[in-house]
Amino acid sequence: MARITHGIASSHIPVLGFAADHGKTQDPIFKPAFDGYRWTREWIANEGKPDVVVLVYNDHASAFDMNVIPTFAIGCAESFRVCDEGYGPRPVPSVVGHPDLAWHIAQSLILDDFDMTIFNKMDVDHGLTVPLTMMFGEDCKEWPTTVVPLAVNVVTYPPPSGNRCWLLGEAIARAVNSYEEDLNVHVWGTGGMSHQLQGPRAGLINREWDNMFLDKLVGDTQDLRHIPHIEYLRETGSEGIEMVMWLIMRGALGRETRCLHRHYHVPVSNTALGHIVLEPVDGTVPQSPTFEADGAVTTSIDQ
Amino acid sequence: MTDIHDYLAEFDDIPGTRVYTAKRARQGYQLNQFAMSLMQAENRERFHADERVYLDAWPMSAEQKQAVLDRDYNRLLDLGGNIYFLAKVFASDGLSFVHAVSTMTGMSVEEYQAMMMDGGRSPDGVRSIGDKC
Repeated sequence: MARITHGIASSHIPVLGFAADHGKTQDPIFKPAFDGYRWTREWIANEGKPDVVVLVYNDHASAFDMNVIPTFAIGCAESFRVCDEGYGPRPVPSVVGHPDLAWHIAQSLILDDFDMTIFNKMDVDHGLTVPLTMMFGEDCKEWPTTVVPLAVNVVTYPPPSGNRCWLLGEAIARAVNSYEEDLNVHVWGTGGMSHQLQGPRAGLINREWDNMFLDKLVGDTQDLRHIPHIEYLRETGSEGIEMVMWLIMRGALGRETRCLHRHYHVPVSNTALGHIVLEPVDGTVPQSPTFEADGAVTTSIDQ
Repeated sequence: MTDIHDYLAEFDDIPGTRVYTAKRARQGYQLNQFAMSLMQAENRERFHADERVYLDAWPMSAEQKQAVLDRDYNRLLDLGGNIYFLAKVFASDGLSFVHAVSTMTGMSVEEYQAMMMDGGRSPDGVRSIGDKC
């Protein structure tokens, strides 16, 4: 059976992709950021090696323009090309998908009341490729994992609520747990932490709030799912809203988590950098209230 | 159920911030689609060869076109631009996020970089227009 072995949260700061692609990882400005991923790189190569990563990220107006705005989209293609965001494509390998698992998750999520958009041809931007670089290194000729991209709208308001994201994570766990092939699956939530890239308030950094958020990803508290959008915006800047995607990862790990590695650093470009590696302790997730198999629907009708 | 009017009204209370609501998305539709077009190298060449001619092929307002020519990013945000889309404009100019973002703050690039190296802008005093908290 497939199982979710770990969850990782990570910023996907574009300049880190630039630094990796241009041999600048040891420059004084970038070194502390890359040093914080050293533990994870060694661990993931030796122990934590995933067969598949369900990689939760946001498209930055690259594949999805204003003509189509899916709240949740899942990539079911064989592979995904690296897109040109205005300065040419990053010189990194194409991303190999896992169509069988992706379609299985997509079907399961739809039956579980999530209205997924399915895409079979899409280029992926730094939101997806920078985390791969940070975990697997600059010199990959091919990525050592397959990837199921899961794109979340955090650009056009309203994005999904934190609670909705957490519930989606739980539904992903149910989907993975019902897949028959023996696979180690990671769920990664990317983006964040505090940053504001626009207007006179640009450059906002809130160390205290960010660390509160990191603290509460560990253990069994569910406080984070109830944070309203306005709090992310006020406390962590307009682009701090990307942290709702970390709650999809957290929800997928079940009731209780343990922290294996944690790293926080300011600044990288305009943002704080957050990175945490989590392991499920009690990976149980609630049964779907809507899945026909669990009988819950019948019960509520009878009442 | 969140009240949609309360939900949207709160976004107007954050200093120096333009949240990309449906109203702004409608206003900036052509502007943002223009920015998206710069993801293709051929379009970037055509844009840089004659910005005015390139912009005139888009049904944008005169104010939006002028703000692009001026690279006035605060004005572009006011006119419905979104930073993820506008990033294509400064990326095609060869500017980093730090450089482009700093132009919106009233600081020089050096001052902005110094602020970031010092830990960034504190949220104290810029959480709310109404409360000044």
